[in-house]
Amino acid sequence: MNMLRLSWKYLIAKPLNTGLNILLLALGLAIITVLILIQDQFENKMTKDAEGIDLVVGAKGSPLQLILSSVYHIDFPTGNIDMADAIALSKNRLVKNIIPLGMGDNYQGYRIVGTNHDYLDIYNAEMVSGVIWDKPFDVVLGNETAAKLGLGVGDTFIGSHGIGSSSHEHDEHPYKVTGILTPMGNVLDKLILTSIESVWYTHDEGHDHEKFETPVAKTGFPETDEDREVTSLLVQYRNPIAAVQLPRFVNSKSALQAASPSFEISRLFELLGVGVKLIQGLAVVIIIIAGLGIFIALFNSLKERKYDLAVMRTLGASNGQLFLHIVLEGVILTFIGAIVGILIGHLFLAVLVMQNEQGAISGLTAMVFLVEELWILVYAVIVGIIASLIPAWNAYQTDIAKQLTKA
Amino acid sequence: MLQASNIEFYYNSNQKFEIPDINLKSGDQLLIIGKSGSGKTTILNILGGLLKPLSGDVKINGTSVYGLTGGQLDKFRGKNIGIIFQKPHILSALNVEENLKLANFFAGEKSDLISPLLKELGIFDKRKSNVNTLSEGEAQRVSIARALVNNPKVILADEPTASLDDENASNVVKLLQQQAVKYNAALIIVTHDQRVKDHISNQITIGGES
Repeated sequence: MNMLRLSWKYLIAKPLNTGLNILLLALGLAIITVLILIQDQFENKMTKDAEGIDLVVGAKGSPLQLILSSVYHIDFPTGNIDMADAIALSKNRLVKNIIPLGMGDNYQGYRIVGTNHDYLDIYNAEMVSGVIWDKPFDVVLGNETAAKLGLGVGDTFIGSHGIGSSSHEHDEHPYKVTGILTPMGNVLDKLILTSIESVWYTHDEGHDHEKFETPVAKTGFPETDEDREVTSLLVQYRNPIAAVQLPRFVNSKSALQAASPSFEISRLFELLGVGVKLIQGLAVVIIIIAGLGIFIALFNSLKERKYDLAVMRTLGASNGQLFLHIVLEGVILTFIGAIVGILIGHLFLAVLVMQNEQGAISGLTAMVFLVEELWILVYAVIVGIIASLIPAWNAYQTDIAKQLTKA
Repeated sequence: MLQASNIEFYYNSNQKFEIPDINLKSGDQLLIIGKSGSGKTTILNILGGLLKPLSGDVKINGTSVYGLTGGQLDKFRGKNIGIIFQKPHILSALNVEENLKLANFFAGEKSDLISPLLKELGIFDKRKSNVNTLSEGEAQRVSIARALVNNPKVILADEPTASLDDENASNVVKLLQQQAVKYNAALIIVTHDQRVKDHISNQITIGGES
C-alpha cells in the first residue's frame, strides 16, 4: 500500500464519476492534440513542397489558386499561358531556371503533370526502379501512385481528361511507365510525371508517329514551331534582387500572373488561423469545465470522506499525507485523461487521413508524436493540481477528535 | 507503559471534565465507565493523542505524547496506539486486507501480523472482501484487527459493544482482552455499557454513579 495506490483505490471505487471526468478532459485534450498534429505536419509539408520554388507564373486569377495547383497539386489551374510568353520570360536575366508545367489530365484521380527533368531535380528525386522518361508518353510514377494503382515499370494505362474525376478518356495513346520514384514524403509521391510533349500530343487531333519517337526536352522548353501552351512556370531566382523586381515585372504583363509560394502560404495559414483559434478556444473551455468537474467531484466526495480521513489520521497519517492523497487523486485523473486524450487525438487523425486518401490531408500521418504532446501532459497535470488544491487543503485541516466525536 | 497525570480539559470553564490520573503497565486492563456526556470519549481522545489537554501529561512507553509535534505525533500514534471505535469505520474503498496494509503503511511498519490476526479473528476468508459485504460483527472484528496490526503498546476502545447484542458484546470484550494479553498491550475500554463490567475488574467511574 502506498499513497498512489490509496488514491487510485478511491478513484476506482467510483468508476462512473471517475470515467466521466477522464472522458471530458480527454475530449478537450484530443481536440488540441489533433490541432497540434495537423498544424505541425501541414506547415512542414507545405514548406517542404515549396522548397526550391521562388515564384510561380501562370494565367491571371487567384494567386493562392495558382500556388495550390502548381506547387501542391490540390486546386485547379488558373488556365494556360502562351509558350511564347513563357520563353520570353525565361530569357530574363533575373531568372536562374524556369520549369514549365502542363496539366489537365489524370489517371484514376492521380494527376498527370507534364514537365522536364529539372522538376525532379528540385526535390532531388531518385528512382527506385526504371529510368526517367525519354520519349513522349513515357511516364514516371510517384511511389504512392504506383503502389495504389498497382502499376510497375513497363505497364501501360490510358489517361483521362480533367484533373479530379475522369470525363472522357484519351483512348488513342496509352502512357507507358518507365520508372518509379523512391518515397519522397512530399507532393511527388502522388503524381504521375511525364514530358510536356506527352500532354500536348494527347490533346492533338492528328497522329504524327514520327513525332512520338523523337526524344523529349530534358530541360527548358521543348522545341516546336507550333503555337503551344503550358499551364504554369516554376521559377528560381538568380539573385535576391529578383524577389523584388521579377514579380512586379511579370504582373505588369497583361497575360501573366506571378505568385510567391511562401507569401501565399503564410496568407493561407493566416486565413485558417481564425478557425484554428476558434477550435482551440472551444478545447480550452472543455478543459476548464473538466477541471471544474474534477474539483466538484473531489469536493463532494470529501464530505462523505471526512470520517475516512479522520480514521487515516488515527492510523498514523500526517495531515501532509492527507493533502497529498487528495492532490494525487486529481493528478491521476488528469494524467490518465491526458494519455487517453492524446490517444483519441491520434486515432481521430488516423481515421481522418484514412477517409481522405487523395485529399489535402492525405499526406499526414497519425504515427508521429511531438514534443508539444508532452506539454499537453504537463498542462493537464497542472489542471489536476489546481482543481484539487482546495479539497486537499480541507483534508489537510481535518480535525480528528471533532470529526470522530461527531458520528 | 501508560501514565496520564494532572490532566485538565474543558470546552467551557464552568464545566470541567474530571479526569483521573491513570497508570497502567503492559498487559494491564482498565474499564472507564460513565454516562453519555460525562467526557468518556474526551478522555479517550486525550489518551490516544488525538486531543491535546489544556494541561497535564500523557506518557506512553516513556514518551511524552504531547511533547511530539505534527508528523511525529501521527507516526507515534500509528505505531503505538490502536484505537477501536463504536462503529467499525473501515475504509470502504479498500478491501479488508488493504485496510490492514494501510495501517501498516501509515505507521511506517511492515508487519507479518496481517494473516495471523485475520485467522485468529475468524475473518481470514473475508480478506479480499469488499467492506460493504461484511456483517456488523465481522466489520467490528476487522476494526479490531486493524487496531492491532501494528502491534501497539496501548489499545483504546470507545464503546466497542454499543451496537452489538449480548452474545456478540461479550465476544468482542473477550476478544479484546485475549489480544491485549497476547500482544502484551495495555487495554482501556471506555463505555456506558453495564454488560462489560463483569469482564474487567479494574474500573473507574467518571461523572458520578450511573
